[in-house]
Parts: sequence; C-alpha cells; structure tokens
Amino acid sequence: MVLRETDVLPTGPGTPTADARLVDGAGPDGAIDRDDQSGRPPLPASRLSTTLHYLRRNPRLVAGLLILLGLLLFWLIGSRAMDTTARSRPLSGPPDMEPSAEYLLGTDTAGRELLPVLIEATPRAFEVGLLAGFVGLMIGTVLGFVAGYFGGTADTIIGGLADTLLPIPALAVLVVIASTIKTNLTVEIMALIVASLAWMTPTRTIRAQVLTMRERAYVEVARLSGASSLQIIFRELLPNLSPYLAASFVSAVGAAVLASLGLEALGLGPQNEPTLGMTIFWSIYYGALLRGMWWWWGGPLVVIVLLFTALFLIAAGLDEIANPRIRRAV
Amino acid sequence: MTPGYVVRRVLLFVLVVWMATSVIFFLPRLAPGRDPIRERLMMMSVSGSVMQSAIEEMARAYEARFGLDQPLYVQYFRFLGDIVQLDFNVSLMMYPSRVIDLIGQALPWTVGLLLTATVLAFSLGTLLGGLSTWPRAPRALSYLLPPLFAFSAVPYYLLGILLVYLFALKLPIFPISGGAPTGTLPSFTIGYMLTVAYHSALPALSMVLAATGFWALGMRGMMVTTQGEDFMIMAEAKGLKGWRVFLHYGMRTAILPQITALALSLGHIVSGALLVEIIFQYPGVGTLLYKAITGFDFFTINGIVFFVIVGVGIATLLLDLSYHALDPRIKHART
Repeated sequence: MVLRETDVLPTGPGTPTADARLVDGAGPDGAIDRDDQSGRPPLPASRLSTTLHYLRRNPRLVAGLLILLGLLLFWLIGSRAMDTTARSRPLSGPPDMEPSAEYLLGTDTAGRELLPVLIEATPRAFEVGLLAGFVGLMIGTVLGFVAGYFGGTADTIIGGLADTLLPIPALAVLVVIASTIKTNLTVEIMALIVASLAWMTPTRTIRAQVLTMRERAYVEVARLSGASSLQIIFRELLPNLSPYLAASFVSAVGAAVLASLGLEALGLGPQNEPTLGMTIFWSIYYGALLRGMWWWWGGPLVVIVLLFTALFLIAAGLDEIANPRIRRAV
Repeated sequence: MTPGYVVRRVLLFVLVVWMATSVIFFLPRLAPGRDPIRERLMMMSVSGSVMQSAIEEMARAYEARFGLDQPLYVQYFRFLGDIVQLDFNVSLMMYPSRVIDLIGQALPWTVGLLLTATVLAFSLGTLLGGLSTWPRAPRALSYLLPPLFAFSAVPYYLLGILLVYLFALKLPIFPISGGAPTGTLPSFTIGYMLTVAYHSALPALSMVLAATGFWALGMRGMMVTTQGEDFMIMAEAKGLKGWRVFLHYGMRTAILPQITALALSLGHIVSGALLVEIIFQYPGVGTLLYKAITGFDFFTINGIVFFVIVGVGIATLLLDLSYHALDPRIKHART
C-alpha cells in the first residue's frame, strides 16, 4: 500500500522535513519520529485518519483510484453474472447483431458476443500493464541504482546502453519480435516482450535521483557509522525513493498498456484470448468502421479511455506526493 | 555549438542505428523454432502435392540461395552491407516490387502528415500551456484546456476512430479513408494539394487533439516554476511590458525543456501516427506496415522498422542540435 507508507516515510527527493510536515500535518513531531533509530510507526488510527485527510486534498488520486475500482468491479461482477469464456468465443451468437436486450453490446462478424469479450479483455489489459510495468521498473531500478550508486565503469556502460536504446521507437522493435514469435503468443509473453524495452526511462530517471540522494547528509551519516553499501541502499535510499518509484510504476504501467495495445491493434496480439487491442484490430480488419458498427469498437474504446484516464490521474496524484515542487503546477 | 559536439552527436546517431539494426537481426534468430523458409514451403505444400523429402531439399537450396547456410557472423555482415546500400530485398506480398520502392512511395505521406500534426500540436500546446499560467490570459482558455488535458490520455488512433465515426460517417463532412481520391495521379498542382489536405484533415486532427494537451501540460508546469525565478521578478521590477516579460523571459526559458521532451517522445509520436494511418487507410508507412504484418511479409516489416528507427534518430539528432543552439547557457566549452 503506497498510500499508507507516504505518511510515515519521508517523502522523496525533495525537502524531507517540509514534506513530512505537509503530509501528516504534525509539525516537527513527524521529523523527530523519523530520525528515531527504532523507526516506530505512528498509531494505526491516526495513520488512517491522516491518510483520509490527505486523500481529501489529493482529489486526482482518489478519482483515478475510483475509476480503476470501477473497471475491476465491471470485470468481477461481469464474470460472475455470465459465462464469459464460453460466450466470448467466435460463433457463440449470430454475426453482426446490434446491441439488444439479448446481446447487450451486440456481436461481431465472427459471432463473438461483445459484452463478455469486454469483460474478459479488461483484466488482460491490467495483467499486461502490471506485469510489464513491474518487470520494466525492476530492471530499471536495479540498473539505475548500480549506475547511480556505484558509478564508474558500470555507470558508463549502463548509461551508454540506455542512451543508445532510448531513441529507438519501442513499437518498431516490438513489431519485429512479435511478428517472429507470433505462433501461440500469450498475454504473459507479450508482457515480457513489452518489458524488454521499457527499462531505459526508469533506469535514467532513477539513476538521476540516486545521484542527488547519494550526497545527502543522512547517507553520509549512515556511511560514517559503518553501514555497508547494501544497507545504505535498502535502508536509506530505497525507502526515500518509494513515492517516486510508485509514481514511476504507474507511468510504466501506462506505457506498457499503450505499447501492448499498439501491438494488438497491428494484429500482433494473442490470437486465442480476447484482448482490447485485438478487438480493435478485428473491428478494423472487418471494416466495422465503414459499416457503422460502433458497438464493436465502442466498448473497448470506452474501457481504454477510462483506463488511461485513471492511470493519468493516479500518476499526477502520486507525482504530487513524490515531487512537492510541482504541487501547484497543474 | 562546437564542431566537436556535432561530431560526437552524429557518432551517437550512427551508434543508435547500428544497435537497432543489430537488435533487429539477432532477436528473431534468438526465438526458437521459427523457420520462415520451411514454414512457407509447408504452407505451399498444403495446396499442391509435394514429397516430404523434396521439401527438405528445396529448403536447403533456398538456404544456400539466401546465404542462410553460412555462419551467423557472415550473415550478419551481409545484412549490414545490404542495409547500408538500402537493399531490403523484394516484398513477399507485392512481388516483385522491391521493399525500398514501396517505402519510397509511402514515406512522403507519413512525413508530411507527421510533421504538420506535430508542429501544430507542439506550438499550439506550448502557447496554450504558457498562456494558461498568465494572469492576463483570456477567460475562454480555462474552458478550453481541461478537455485537451483529458484527450492527452487517449491514444491517437482511438480519437481517430471516434472522428471517423462522427465526421465521416454520421456527418459526412470529411472523406472516410485514403490520402486522395482513387485514380488521381500525384502531382504538384494546387488542386491536388488541396484534396490531399482535405483527406489528411481528420488524421491530422486526431493527432493534434491528442497531443496538444500533452504539450500544454508540460509547458504549464514549466511556466509555473519559471514564474518564481528571480529574473522574472527582476523583469517586472524593471517595468517591462507584460507581453515582453511573458514572451522573452517566461516562454523563452520554459520552452527549452519542451524541446527535450519532444526529442524524448518522438518514438511515441511516430508509433502513434503509424497506428492513426491504419484507421484512415492513409497511404503512408503505417498502412504499409499493417499490410505487411497481415501478409507475413518479413522483408517489408524489417525495411519499415529500419526506416522508422533512422527517421526518429535523425529527428532526435536535429532537435538535440537545435536545443544546443537555442540555449544561451550552453557553450560547450568542454562537455
């Protein structure tokens, strides 16, 4: 739970003391609490109330989370209410039906019912995004820390690699990979393909953050008191970076969803499982656009727009926690 | 800007292109069990009657013909040599057209659309974003920006789908697809240019609508930071005119990170534009890529991917160089 951590942990690379005060509104107590070696967390009750209090001041975060919750409920309730796996297959209904009482979102040319397709496809978009975002951010964090903390040759190699790979449009390379291993591509493999080109941005930004944090006084104190490099990384740097990492994670998820949707819209997605992008692809392939079959692409479009809006709002909300300087920017 | 910097930047560009082509060469060969020649022969043997032993013999003959029986490093250098000469072999779906000719026909369309839409979105977004932080900006701006911010979270091609449905199908104002009426020959006459502009209006609009908010958002953030700077207070204390402070002091400083952001997001923009083309069946590189993917035309896919990488690389290079020419603080003494 990212949210609850934020009111105990010093927030990000900005000014820790001012941050903590802003977040838990407790004044200097917060700062003293943090410097305490035992790191006692505040009482759970006050923690919850400060979280709620903070959430009221960050409406974008709340709105984004609520939209995500709505999409999850759509999947949970939908998959309980009907047999989505059977009814999302081709030939499960008559072809080209407009939305009606029987087929709520209509059917496509292959006879798939589009409501169950949508219910099946929504969690897949989450899955690809979360998996690819997580793997990409993990690689980026490890490389970013190695490059930023240890510097030297490792920094030159990692930085050089990230710099040369970054200007290469990911979709172009993904197209080459996905078109060569097209046979039985699954959602998981697709997520890994997307992740393989999603680590450069996190590597660079995290490296930059580590570089500035490495010289901070509290790191110096830890070093002087004999902490090893790993202890400093895990005890001092990582906790301080966690709000920043959470914000990067959300944007990594967004980028991964965008990349996977792009691949799917080109027809390079999983063939046997319904996904949002593949539904768009089939609707283009069968000319649904020209035939006026709005219900075919309309559902995926709404879900994708909601998903991206939610991720955008959450990223903006988390950014505000991680980077207090832009607090009044938007 | 020193010559040394330019040389180093160009070398980085060459390095990027070399890395990318190497990735394109090696990645498919790492994937296990995919053998295009045998697959294709198998596909053909389904329709005709071919002996199983003959297929193996034919496959070996083709491998020798394409040099696939050579060691990997020989193939790799041959591949690099072909690419340097812009030789991408023949297209499998539109045999015997050469891949380079197909791309040559499609490229002007993509470059034209992409350039127009990006320049429009970037300047419009930057201006609107900057203005929105200005106290004397028109009131209407505060109603215009939120929808643009919302659009910026949506992929270009989804907006494209919506625009086609609304303005080509429901209200037939614009053509549904294509880059020009079928049967017209490309020419540099004003009439032809106008039809092209008319056909490109919706694809361009879907990109501009989606991207303007992104640039406005970035510029707004930068302007807010800039307004707290000492030189802004100084400029106002000197009694300079409002627009002068806004343009010469505020915008001039805040626009620099926007150019960096443009260089960094070029890959995204190009990928998005390729997908928009598919929606509108615009005769550019994106539609060609779509056809190549649905037609299993690996030579064309590789050629397009190479051109996209080189194109983005060149654009990034130009932006980086212009950034260093624009920023008065960078002199490039040593770095």
